[in-house]
Amino acid sequence: MLKIRIIPILLYKNFGLVKGVGFDSWRRTGSALQAVMVYSLRGVDELIFLDITATGEGRPPDFEVVDDLADECFMPLTVGGGIRTVEDVHQLLMKGADKVAVNTAAVENPQLITDVARRFGSQCVVVSIDFRTDAAGNRQVYTHSGTRSTGLTPVQLARRAEELGAGEILLTSIERDGAMQGYDLECIRQVSEAVRIPVIAGGGAGNARHVYEAISEGHASAAAAASMFHFTEVTPLEVKQYLHGQGLPVRLPDPAARVA
Amino acid sequence: MKEIVIVDYGMCNLDSVGRAVEKCGGSPLVSAEAADLAGADGIILPGVGAFSDAMHNLKDRGLVAPLREQALGRGVPFLGICLGMQLMAGVGHEGGRCEGLGLIPGEVVRFIADTPQTRIPHVGWNQVEQLADCPLFAGISDQTDFYFVHSYHFQCDDRYVLGRTPYCGGFNSVVGAGSCFGTQFHPEKSLAAGQTLLRNFLSLC
Repeated sequence: MLKIRIIPILLYKNFGLVKGVGFDSWRRTGSALQAVMVYSLRGVDELIFLDITATGEGRPPDFEVVDDLADECFMPLTVGGGIRTVEDVHQLLMKGADKVAVNTAAVENPQLITDVARRFGSQCVVVSIDFRTDAAGNRQVYTHSGTRSTGLTPVQLARRAEELGAGEILLTSIERDGAMQGYDLECIRQVSEAVRIPVIAGGGAGNARHVYEAISEGHASAAAAASMFHFTEVTPLEVKQYLHGQGLPVRLPDPAARVA
Repeated sequence: MKEIVIVDYGMCNLDSVGRAVEKCGGSPLVSAEAADLAGADGIILPGVGAFSDAMHNLKDRGLVAPLREQALGRGVPFLGICLGMQLMAGVGHEGGRCEGLGLIPGEVVRFIADTPQTRIPHVGWNQVEQLADCPLFAGISDQTDFYFVHSYHFQCDDRYVLGRTPYCGGFNSVVGAGSCFGTQFHPEKSLAAGQTLLRNFLSLC
């Protein structure tokens, strides 16, 4: 049976890892390389690495950093931030990324999704959707690290991304980001029901129960979290043990098996 | 140290495979030269991308005949990974019908969702049921999880099937014929279990 994936997210800004609240108030959380080594040792299911300032600064992904991280990463690695061209994607894949996450470019240049999917396969294109909810409860997609509105709903963009050839959706609630009060279950469910590709829940996890809800109520295929793993004692393995206890399929590593 | 040629045909993450081979005690050589293939102790065909584009690139680089010669003619241990496994088939259907390397008779077809809940691509960790006593499985428990990410799968006669995975009605996740092997999952991204499998492959080389 396909296992539910628990995916730590690493946010990269100015040479180090950071974590914020609501896409703001960034705090340093340490070195990216060290984090990848620890997660590799712990045998996490997958990692997502997002360079959150590349697009705003109008620069391409930092290929050298990805190269260094991939050296220590013996599990799947998704890389996002600053991707604008098929060549950017090619470079990232050559440096050791397995998948790329496209956010701003998915809205500004939808053709990129199709071009990348055609050349490298749908399986390597993750469309990352960040959204805010207004006082009336309407959800709208934002790009440029949550600073620019698009007029699109998450469901609209997810459907469009699937049609264009995306292989996965990473769905992140901006106001729930860093709050650790739980995911936006309603939105996750709406998007999961709207598409046939896997949906990764993001933004809001504070404990294992929240992750369980994203899967059981939101019907997500995977759950991503950053603050929970950086600022609390909770580890990816503990989350999986909890899910296992609730009857969900997870990969529990053989205690004897370690990466050499 | 065993020299393992990792075939470079311009579309895959060669670095990850090379690093994993190194970690497992092999000496990786990323190359697109037929002469290097002739001197290899083992050959790994990695893969990310679409079947027809990949075959086009292999042909462009004049690699189809040398790969067949080494794998089938000389019996050099050969491991296809993900798309690399699919390319070992006789025929693929991604990007239109296209001939493959023909190392193992079979056809590569797209998944058709078997339930409304089935999502495609098949992404994530899933178990491999070991159906044959294959040297690649040494030290790996039956039903161990490996990392998959793909939308197409390899259909072939049961005699070539070494492992199966329960998704979308079940599909062939490990195939083999003689000294040719293919894994639909990514051993280089499957942590400890993946490294054990790669070490087992190196021990055949």
